[in-house]
Amino acid sequence: MATTQPQGKRSKSATSRKSTANGKANGKANAQPPRVENDALLEFYRQMVETRLFEDAAQRGFRTGKIGGYLHVYSGQEAVAIGFLNEFREGDRVITAYRDHAHALLLGSDPKAVMAELYGKGTGLVKGKGGSMHLFDVANGFMGGYGIVGGHIPLGVGMAYSLAYQETGGIVQLFLGDGAIHNGAFHEAANLSGLWGREGLNPTVFVIENNQYGMGTSVERSTAMTDLGSKFDSYGIEHEKVDGMDLEAVLDCAHRAVERVRESGKPFAVEALTYRLVPHGAADFLEKYRTKEEVREWRERDPIGLLEQVILDRKGADEDQLKAIRDAAKAKAGEAVKFAEESPEPDLSELTTDVYAGEMHVPAAGPGAGE
Amino acid sequence: MPVKTYRDALKAAMAEEMQRDQSVVLLGEDIGIYGGTHLVTNGLIDEFGPKRVIDTPIAENGFTGAAIGMAMTGMKPIVEMMTWNFSFLAADQIIQNAAKLRYFSGGQVSVPLVIRGPNGGGVQLSAQHTHSLEGFYGHFPGLKVVSPVTPHDVKGMMLSAIRDPDPVIFLEAGALYGTKGEVPDGDYTVDFGSARIAREGTDVSLIGYGRQVNLLLRVADKLAEDGIEGEVIDLRSIRPFDVETIVTSVRKTNRAVVVQEQWRWFSVASEVAAIIQEQAFDDLDAPVERVSGAEVPAPYARNLEVAAFPSEQQTIDAVQRVLYKQEMKV
Repeated sequence: MATTQPQGKRSKSATSRKSTANGKANGKANAQPPRVENDALLEFYRQMVETRLFEDAAQRGFRTGKIGGYLHVYSGQEAVAIGFLNEFREGDRVITAYRDHAHALLLGSDPKAVMAELYGKGTGLVKGKGGSMHLFDVANGFMGGYGIVGGHIPLGVGMAYSLAYQETGGIVQLFLGDGAIHNGAFHEAANLSGLWGREGLNPTVFVIENNQYGMGTSVERSTAMTDLGSKFDSYGIEHEKVDGMDLEAVLDCAHRAVERVRESGKPFAVEALTYRLVPHGAADFLEKYRTKEEVREWRERDPIGLLEQVILDRKGADEDQLKAIRDAAKAKAGEAVKFAEESPEPDLSELTTDVYAGEMHVPAAGPGAGE
Repeated sequence: MPVKTYRDALKAAMAEEMQRDQSVVLLGEDIGIYGGTHLVTNGLIDEFGPKRVIDTPIAENGFTGAAIGMAMTGMKPIVEMMTWNFSFLAADQIIQNAAKLRYFSGGQVSVPLVIRGPNGGGVQLSAQHTHSLEGFYGHFPGLKVVSPVTPHDVKGMMLSAIRDPDPVIFLEAGALYGTKGEVPDGDYTVDFGSARIAREGTDVSLIGYGRQVNLLLRVADKLAEDGIEGEVIDLRSIRPFDVETIVTSVRKTNRAVVVQEQWRWFSVASEVAAIIQEQAFDDLDAPVERVSGAEVPAPYARNLEVAAFPSEQQTIDAVQRVLYKQEMKV
């Protein structure tokens, strides 16, 4: 496992380390992932490029002072969310931490509303009340972005209990970063998930987006047990690894993981090895914790570049067609920015709404105020 | 009217609502097979089964967070904190998620969650197991915080809490689980945000909540022997807060003493005093007095513990001061 060295080639053996043990995936364990149809590949390419160009536009907005607060973009990790969310079915729920723009967009949120949220506008996805870290689109199954590392993990496990208890057939895709693994909330929640899963009451797919750094602290500097999937052994949860830069590998892994969770009601975990090609947050300029060479080497494994090569090799499209997709994505991101820039700020009356379901009186300050 | 203990009134509210509503479930440590540390949930696992009465491992952050996730997806969980002292381990979930989810989701998410358990001290559990957290939780917008003291109110407020679309911090008077009172059968609710006048009076407003209300009633009896009529107000609800009942009472009595078990600094009594001076300043004949717990971690030894909590004598002394009278020994 390479936490500091990018892998020059896909580690096939890593994709199914555990799946030989479960029987269901037997025979697939060491096989090549099934080839994805060319049309589907082009659709995934579109998703990937749209996500990337959205994030690029967001970073520009941050650098020019139009986006405030924190901004954590997903660039480099796209194959992970795209591969897993491809398995999303109506009635499922998705929850993640604060690097959440891609998940919202891929579940169908309007990029205009997402960008407007980053810009703090009243037309934003959550009315300008949450910002980058708190995107929600409940109608599309997206139960949010959360800003406290590890804090969302118990919520996802509870949602899975709820879906199973209510016999909805839905599952939860619970995304977490490598940094969250070291937090107590993860361990308590994983324990509950394994425990409740024993009774078929926890259909949770844990997707570890291992981008190899919790902010600036590498996995190796965070734990003596760097095989993150093995953390789940303690809780009776099976797991496997996947090359998170290789979309086809992720698609295959996600399909098997989601199917077994849907059928069994038991959790399953996947560690997707990936890399953040951009700084941790848009304000992380120095990147003293990693070398330029390392970033450069990983850029060669940019999931977009890898997918382009697959498409060109299989003659799924030519350069012009790919460029047309990129141009359209650029235009779409531009429209989102334009919409965000032109949108009004939230009405000041929104300051005090959505604290409680109804009106709730809290005495105002000052003599004679309130009642 | 039937008479029940505080404990049984609480259990009746939960059991009756569980019969009516499949989405209500209980989670907590040893609430099922063991029967509950304070026997509040005793027998419920037999009636509702382990899917609805969920014994959890000792992991407050984990199971409180899981309950929030349940509440976000159509269920109405009731979490038992074995004691509120353990809720610090779940404070990130309660404060960062439960209280704020509706707001930072732009109104897309509701968290109809009740977290309940015994609050306060009085039985020599010493420093780590003795806290009164109404000021702490009352600080956070997005939470509702209640502290009923009578068996009647604990049932009616629990039913209100379960049906509330927002997270409710339900602080039980742990020392009073065995006390008895009249409790109607069947379905009734006590709304949040309405204080109760536990005893009418004209000379001084005696304001408290939780088990301090019983102390105030004893004090009022003693004051009455001396010709002083205290009006005892049971706040019942910390957030929302019934300003009107307090201000109306002070306009009548012109004097107020607030009693609480928690520490004085940045406390409920401080807030009550501030509200009175903001809204009834011209009606006051004396500064508002606060009687609070000693500013120390709770001690173990019985005599020290008694000295750390508000006493009848301290309260009577405070009343004497606001009445500008000589000290009266009880």
